[in-house]
Amino acid sequence: MGGKHYLPLTDEERSEMLAVIGAGSVDELFVDIPAGLRFEGDLDLPSAMSEPEVLKHLQLLAANNRHFQNCVSFLGAGIYDHYIPSLVSHVTGRSEFYTAYTPYQPEVSQGTLQAIFEYQTMICQLTGMDVANASMYDGGTALTEGAIMGCGATRRSRVLVSRSVSPFYRAVMSNYFNSRGLTLEEIPLRDGCTDRKILAEMIGDDVATVVLQQPNFFGMVENMNGLADLIHQHKAVFLVSADPISLGLLQTPAEYGADIVAGEGQCLGVPAYYGGPALGILASREKFVRQMPGRIAGETVDSEGNRGFALTLQTREQHIRREKAASNICSNEALLALAASVYLSAMGPQGIREVAEQCLRKTNYAREKVTAIEGFELVFPGIYFKEFAVKVPASPEELNLHLLNKNILGGVDISQFYPEFDRTMLIAVTEKRSREEIDTLAGELEGWR
Amino acid sequence: MRKSKALLFEISRPGRRGYSLTSCDVPEKPLDSLLPRPLRRSEAPCLPEMTEVDVIRHYTELSTRNYGVDTGFYPLGSCTMKYNPKVNEEAAAIPGFAYLHPCQPETTAEGALELLYNLEQALNAITGMERFTMQPAAGAHGELTGLMIIQAYHRNRGDNRRKKVLIPLSAHGTNPATVSMAGYEVVQVPCDDRGLVDLEALKAAVDDTVSSLMLTNPSTLGLFEEDISAMAAVVHDAGGLLYYDGANMNAIMGYTRPGDMGFDVVHLNMHKTFSTPHGGGGPGSGPVGVNKRLAPYLPVPLVDKKNDRFYLNYDLPESIGKVHTFNGNFGVLVKAYTYIMMMGAEGLKQASSDAVLNANYLMNLLKRRYQLPYDRVCKHEFVLSARAEKKKGAGAGDIAKALLDHGFHPPTVYFPLIVEEALMIEPTETENRETLDKFVAAMNAIADDIDADPEKVAHGPYKTVVGRLDEVRAARSPVLCWKEKS
Repeated sequence: MGGKHYLPLTDEERSEMLAVIGAGSVDELFVDIPAGLRFEGDLDLPSAMSEPEVLKHLQLLAANNRHFQNCVSFLGAGIYDHYIPSLVSHVTGRSEFYTAYTPYQPEVSQGTLQAIFEYQTMICQLTGMDVANASMYDGGTALTEGAIMGCGATRRSRVLVSRSVSPFYRAVMSNYFNSRGLTLEEIPLRDGCTDRKILAEMIGDDVATVVLQQPNFFGMVENMNGLADLIHQHKAVFLVSADPISLGLLQTPAEYGADIVAGEGQCLGVPAYYGGPALGILASREKFVRQMPGRIAGETVDSEGNRGFALTLQTREQHIRREKAASNICSNEALLALAASVYLSAMGPQGIREVAEQCLRKTNYAREKVTAIEGFELVFPGIYFKEFAVKVPASPEELNLHLLNKNILGGVDISQFYPEFDRTMLIAVTEKRSREEIDTLAGELEGWR
Repeated sequence: MRKSKALLFEISRPGRRGYSLTSCDVPEKPLDSLLPRPLRRSEAPCLPEMTEVDVIRHYTELSTRNYGVDTGFYPLGSCTMKYNPKVNEEAAAIPGFAYLHPCQPETTAEGALELLYNLEQALNAITGMERFTMQPAAGAHGELTGLMIIQAYHRNRGDNRRKKVLIPLSAHGTNPATVSMAGYEVVQVPCDDRGLVDLEALKAAVDDTVSSLMLTNPSTLGLFEEDISAMAAVVHDAGGLLYYDGANMNAIMGYTRPGDMGFDVVHLNMHKTFSTPHGGGGPGSGPVGVNKRLAPYLPVPLVDKKNDRFYLNYDLPESIGKVHTFNGNFGVLVKAYTYIMMMGAEGLKQASSDAVLNANYLMNLLKRRYQLPYDRVCKHEFVLSARAEKKKGAGAGDIAKALLDHGFHPPTVYFPLIVEEALMIEPTETENRETLDKFVAAMNAIADDIDADPEKVAHGPYKTVVGRLDEVRAARSPVLCWKEKS
């Protein structure tokens, strides 16, 4: 039998315990399952493996995957190959953190609670917001719930989302909205950014939330100035999906007047994991705190007057308010919020700025190199932060196959989401890419034929 | 001596660094030419400035102010805090799984796809369902996905009258919250004096405006809903569907399957039944399984196999779409898969068997001293009432704090709502008998203390790193982030 080393009861103990219960056999403990519903025989599963067998099996599966450690990656679109300092996994690998439950018993959960409180503070520092929660599932669900916060705060149900927002996020949002009976309308593009003129025509006093992304899906820094005035004239809520790394350098959402900020925090010290677990960031101005979904840690004192932390404002949450809760979220991504906190503590204000600056510089270097090649053209003029959309002279699939032979994971093909931009690739360049790697990418693209 | 721990921001000293970047090797250009000043933030964020050793010591000290499954017994009802095998962590850290990008070509992620495919087969076998999506990132996320699928099913049949979802009073809080999230209306179904769903009340509540019934079986009282087949018939006959909340799946693996009970949609909690750690609140993973008639509505993409190759199938015209930005919590799924491969069919059945045995053993010992409102054979958990203790001056919440002083994490308290002063206890199969006996001794000692000096118990705990926290103050005047004192 498999997993014996996780099951401490001996046969002798089982018999003794049954005697205490007054049952003749374990089967008597299952008599309440009606005979017709009992599963007979063995579940159809592979035979149990020993630890070395299972690891060998998994290593063999993993060997069929290409990844950031055996390839040079230019993949982005929300998940990035940033460097993860060694200390991060050593902290998250402490089992006092990773085997803990949600900190509902604060007296034995001060570690988790203080770490959440510090995380909330760092997210507020990056975004300029007043309040952050303890995390959401990922960037897409954080943005979706941010948009729903706007609906709750305004008691309106029409949301406008820019076509420059990640199509992955918009897909999740559209699903949630469809289910709940909320209206989602798309603000079209103009030169790769949100068409502000059309936004001004679309917006009205029935709009709950206006959703933008900075830098947008194409990697462009949008002009956010003046948007807050327009949105607030209609008493609507301004929601932005921001890349937290970019906030080491870029204007904060608070500075351009956003009310709620969502984001994907995978870039802050979390492995890519094929897209999950990721880290949904959600922060807002203080006046929206009652609409905020999820857990929030707050400072308080203990019976002796010492500072301590506890989950707070729980009347927003499902376990207290049931059907009247702000959201149904319960489990979140706490351990990844811890990873992000460790990452940001190690980086500090200077480090995060340097990471952001290197992304900007290397992306622009790569953009120049790639668009200097015949047939490769920048799709839109503008300012690019960590990735750029480039029109390519062949199918991106074909190019990526060629690059793969050189152990390069090429860019994301975005024509599948934007039929209007056919043969278009999104190339991401983080601080981790070297000049040599970028030059190799450009050389291979040049010589792909 | 109790004392609070300094915050990162209080330890910070200007000029310290916890990490040095590789120097930038692309040609230096003036920053203004790449990003004009007005687009840059006006001041740096106030992040901590610390060396690596300071960061490590800070978090190491924080970790000592925490309790995890590796620290000790964690009998939280409906949370299944079983041991998290270490091999799971090693598996998920394999670079070929950890450093995979969700948008890389399928041919470069075949190992990941095969793992997801195999895991789906295993979950189908365990639950008796037809197909699973791995996208939901948590149990509540799975519930929402499940209700979206049910909505799509009714809508596709042109049946737009169904606005209600039935939920027993004993349900987890996420169930009603999910119902609202999906735009449905909650209708509560009462329990009978056995603690089971009242079948007659269910019959009365079911009509052609009911979309579905959401049910946890065994229930949050740890009781198997014996009338499940009759309940399923009532709901199905009226055109509704049955949703299975898999929070309590750890009780029944290999004994019975939700698919055989008549459920149409099932979610599982990988972080409960399948041993992946809770991470201080997450990440979890909540795969959703459906039967054949609902399979067309599952989120895209599904992992399918063609000519011995695995691929992501987006060609599902009736699909509800995506619920997660990418492929769900893959890193967690690797751990769950590892666990299932280690256990095999027999091991999983033994796990459920021992979980139920441990729960019944503990229940029989504890009911000698505490009130057990529903005194019948339980499954993986049971619920005591501290109503009598409350009258003496220390209730369920105080007993919980007293357990902290005995070195145990307390059970779930004040839930389910149908039991006054509830203490909901789930020992899981990974605890040995000595631990259970020590827990009983602690509970008995607390009962003695309440008899002797309830006031003292009502003001505990006394041995924890901080005393009882003023949660009312935290909510009344919220301090939600650190601010520099001016």
